Amino acid sequence: MSAARPGLTAPYVLEYTYRRSLGPVLGRFFAGLVDGRILGARTAAGRVLVPPAEYDPDTSEPVVELVDVGTAGAVVTWCWVAVPRPRHPLPRPFAWALVKLDGADTAILHAVDAVAPGRMTTGMRVQVRWRGERTGQMGDIVCFEPEAAR
Amino acid sequence: MTDPIKRIKAPVRFEFTIGAGQTLSRFLAGLVEGRILGRRCPGCAKVYVPPRGACPTCALPAGDEVAVSDAGTVTTFCIVNVPFEGQTMKLPYVYASVLLDGADIPLLHLVNAPAEEARMGMRVRAEWAPPAERRPTLESIRWFSPTGEPDAPFDAFKEHL
Repeated sequence: MSAARPGLTAPYVLEYTYRRSLGPVLGRFFAGLVDGRILGARTAAGRVLVPPAEYDPDTSEPVVELVDVGTAGAVVTWCWVAVPRPRHPLPRPFAWALVKLDGADTAILHAVDAVAPGRMTTGMRVQVRWRGERTGQMGDIVCFEPEAAR
Repeated sequence: MTDPIKRIKAPVRFEFTIGAGQTLSRFLAGLVEGRILGRRCPGCAKVYVPPRGACPTCALPAGDEVAVSDAGTVTTFCIVNVPFEGQTMKLPYVYASVLLDGADIPLLHLVNAPAEEARMGMRVRAEWAPPAERRPTLESIRWFSPTGEPDAPFDAFKEHL
């Protein structure tokens, strides 16, 4: 074997520029974000799924009823992102967290702007920070923030 | 109340830095010089082009470097009929596995022949970019073009498909 030499390197970008159609359930969910509301799907068994599923996971029947849930909730689990990537929702260290909103039975994945990992705990209360101008996309929720911050 | 949203953008993007590794780096450097370099497995004696750092069959580190011919035989091929972003060839075009003379593993590259003439066994030779335009990439070979030699018999490449 020859002595270690640096090999060739090259940038490589793999990108899928998807646009997706939303359908009646997610279409209403994203419209709700524009209006500052978060909608969940109520299933036949009475569970509320957020984000809404298009079909009831218990019965496989189409979801018809969407209900408002709270814009604050509790962190179910989280992980700390010490070095955010360029396209992450926040330009500073943050947490990815599953947040169970008040009135919901499932959790939604989003960023929590907690500044330092020591401020993150499982079960902590967080609230939505809305984007000023909303267009019906997940980024209409800038992130969640500790409830005490307001 | 806002009307239901019909569509959203949902892009997926991965930004990598690919490290070619030392074995492949030598192969790529060879292309700049107009040479095609493989490596021979010390176990099964197969010549891999492009070379691997180790033989996937014998699990042995790659052995001697071997210069192979820039002429070879089309083993299998496909005819591309579907346009996609970044495409440089006019449809339909031929993309083939080319078994270079002296190699045991075919190399994937373009074949500059009318699609209806593509066939297994067709003899082809590399058309190199001019030396000043060669870079450490397989694009230093523009494509392979038919040599006009008689087709190689199936038995000549059946072990290398």
